[in-house]
Amino acid sequence: MSVRLTLQLAGMVGLLAPALAWSQSADMHDMPGMAMPQTDRATTTDPHAGHHASSAQASNAQEHAGHDMPATDTKALPPNDHVPPAPPQHVMSVVTPAQMTSLMQMDDAAPTAMLLVDRLERSRSTSGEGATSWEAEAWFGHAIDRLWLKTEGERDATGSDGRIDLLWSHAWTSFWDGQLGVRQDIGLGPKRQWLAAGVQGLAPYWFESQATFYVGEQGRTALRLETRYELLFTQRLILEPKIEMNIYGKDDPQRGVSSGLSDAEAGLRLRYEVSRKFAPYVGVNWTRRFGSNDATPALHARETTWVAGVRWWL
Amino acid sequence: MSKQDPRGIQLPRRRFVQGLALGGVAAGLGLWRGNAWAQAPQPRSELRGPHFDLEIGELLVDFTGRKRIATVVNGQLPAPLLRWRQGDTVTLRVRNRLPVTSSIHWHGIVLPADMDGVPGLSFDGIPPGGEYVYRFAVNQSGTYWYHSHSRFQEQTGLYGPIVIEPRDGEPRAAGRDYVVLLTDWTDTDPETIYANLRKQGDYYNIGKRTVGDFFREAGRDGMAKALAERRMWNQMRMDPTDLADVSALAHTYLVNGCTPAGNWTGLFSAGEKIRLRFINGASMTFFDVRIPGLKMTVVAADGQAIEPVSVDEFRIGAAETYDVIVQPSADRAWTIFAQSMDRTGFARATLAPRMGMEADVPVLDPRPLLSMGDMMGSMDHGTGHDMHDMDMMIGMPGMNMAASPSPVPATSPQADMRVATPRTNLDDPGVGLRGNGRRVLTYADLHAVDAPISPQVDREITLRVTGNMERYLWSFDAKRFSDAGPLQLRHGEHVRVVLVNDTMMTHPIHLHGMWSELEAPDGTFQARKHTVVVQPAQRISYRVSADAPGRWAYHCHLLYHMEAGMFREVVVA
Repeated sequence: MSVRLTLQLAGMVGLLAPALAWSQSADMHDMPGMAMPQTDRATTTDPHAGHHASSAQASNAQEHAGHDMPATDTKALPPNDHVPPAPPQHVMSVVTPAQMTSLMQMDDAAPTAMLLVDRLERSRSTSGEGATSWEAEAWFGHAIDRLWLKTEGERDATGSDGRIDLLWSHAWTSFWDGQLGVRQDIGLGPKRQWLAAGVQGLAPYWFESQATFYVGEQGRTALRLETRYELLFTQRLILEPKIEMNIYGKDDPQRGVSSGLSDAEAGLRLRYEVSRKFAPYVGVNWTRRFGSNDATPALHARETTWVAGVRWWL
Repeated sequence: MSKQDPRGIQLPRRRFVQGLALGGVAAGLGLWRGNAWAQAPQPRSELRGPHFDLEIGELLVDFTGRKRIATVVNGQLPAPLLRWRQGDTVTLRVRNRLPVTSSIHWHGIVLPADMDGVPGLSFDGIPPGGEYVYRFAVNQSGTYWYHSHSRFQEQTGLYGPIVIEPRDGEPRAAGRDYVVLLTDWTDTDPETIYANLRKQGDYYNIGKRTVGDFFREAGRDGMAKALAERRMWNQMRMDPTDLADVSALAHTYLVNGCTPAGNWTGLFSAGEKIRLRFINGASMTFFDVRIPGLKMTVVAADGQAIEPVSVDEFRIGAAETYDVIVQPSADRAWTIFAQSMDRTGFARATLAPRMGMEADVPVLDPRPLLSMGDMMGSMDHGTGHDMHDMDMMIGMPGMNMAASPSPVPATSPQADMRVATPRTNLDDPGVGLRGNGRRVLTYADLHAVDAPISPQVDREITLRVTGNMERYLWSFDAKRFSDAGPLQLRHGEHVRVVLVNDTMMTHPIHLHGMWSELEAPDGTFQARKHTVVVQPAQRISYRVSADAPGRWAYHCHLLYHMEAGMFREVVVA
């Protein structure tokens, strides 16, 4: 029961959270007061005032001549055998950060790249039509700024349909990235081009979510919303519910798009992680297309498809 | 032998966890030594004297049935035990036969900055084919270790023990004296592990909660309670099973270079006192160590003598050392059992009157979950501990500003969590050890036998230990090394370093060149350490006497945290 409830909630949380996070992000970054070092802190005074340095400190006395700070230890302990080290004979000159990185072989800002083919699947609808579809993303960059390439699409007997997004992504808050870029539609119909702005991240309750707003030619607008969740049956057997919605400002019959909520999709995929990076899956997908549209046969208004595919990443 | 926890943790291939009985360096050296392996204790190479010649090189090893290249010293893994004498000046000529730059850092040793072995701060590193001569006076005694400070060479085998004999002889002489060096070997290239973590922070977590766990809990505690418990964590996007970044999925845990199946064995005669010098040379692992049936008397921490304290178990963080004395009275074998903090695997060795004997190996403890206290810190304020109260606090870092002594910084991409009211008590043994029925060592038990180096505090520096598990970013004060300038200390001043852990992980924080003199919550001196473990949502403080001029490293000793940015330069001038 809780699972079903979760599924219903998933969409709502997923849709709301990016907006909330986005509105918070403005005052989240570049907090003052985080600058280091805090060298000007007031000298501490100790409650154990009055106790004096133990005899052990005699040897160090000249080191803190002039300070008259209270000792902090009540117990008289025998002296320690500490001897401060001699100063270095060779002092490293201060080098540039790049040289330092290379000397230390330690680079916390090194870029990295990832390719995730989230869906590469064959599907068969209940009406018997087969299709191949994909959803993949790749990113390159470091933890804060990244370049993203996302693509999603489907190919069936009538042709193909899909999109490619190229986005610059910046980490604004702990769990949310802001994204700006362009989108190119591919496949059947006019190859529309769009400017894109969106958010992507992890909403509370672990919903991986994204919301992207698009502006195209001829005053076209679009909004794409997506959220997904992972339910572990075991450490390897994972059920992933997913919801996606596309909302458009204008009808676009040549691409099978109608204004308002044009289509909504809900999927359930059960994958088995042979390794973290490779997982075959089976699943089911429900698609609902809205609006009256000559280009879209009525039988496509509601569609249930069975899917099988692989998820892998590098 | 050991049966593993059937509750959900699918341990990989038994051979992988247990390793090969005849594995390790033997395979790399050829078969001529292999057959004697199980019968004789590992012939540990030991070097003495004021002059040492060390050569860093590569060696083919096989711990799990897969051949891998290790980074070793003088052809050995672990590197040879170095025996020094307090008061000597030692000379160590280190040659690098690797195709890449290398280095050796003498961990916990007080020495001139140019002898500390950190490339970029102490020296340029040792180039391929080159050498560096370390020379310094040894003015301390006890158990320490050495390791590479270059990239991931430490994880691939470049670590070894150092034992420094006190000037006036060992005050707690024991019939036997063994080093027990705990490490985490991996067949995976550390570069791959690091890359995996950067792409998926929980890549190696094989104990995540499942749907089945939920229904089990709901059945036991009721649906409402099970839901409420999850609500907290899930709202925060924190995972209570996040106990270790790298688990036995990638690690095989070693004692003195021996796998659990290889079973390193230390000999004794019944009634004899044995000094065991535990060193955690692991890259990413905390170990919980016990010898079932034997009390351990802890006599030193990080090489420094402490008031003896008798315990059943202790947790040892990466880079820490503890000396314990045990006195097995019976003529039988005893298992030294060191399970990883995340309970995915263990290192194992045996104390026995004769070779070939072994004792039962305990079952791994159940995998613990982090507690609310690990996320929230001290919960002793406000009106109570009920869920409603906690609910009010989460996700609103600024909320408790009025109540807490210092303002709590906001979360950011570099810091996914802030603790408004950190806990300050030292008597918490940490996650997985609380209330386990055994007497477990805590930092509250550490009492130095001599006076602190810093009798006073001139200045206080607060550093927040920060991170973002999802993005795999680790830092101090939400600034990674590449974004942060050095911490400046005036030569001769005494500072109090206050660490506030704003993460859900336990971090061993190591300051080079100067001692970290651990304090009780009220500021009184506890013990002198080179590596201070700070638990999740904990505030801990220590004094530092800035008596070592030069440029020094300061970092988390979990190797991948250091690489990811939890590192600062400290300048004493």
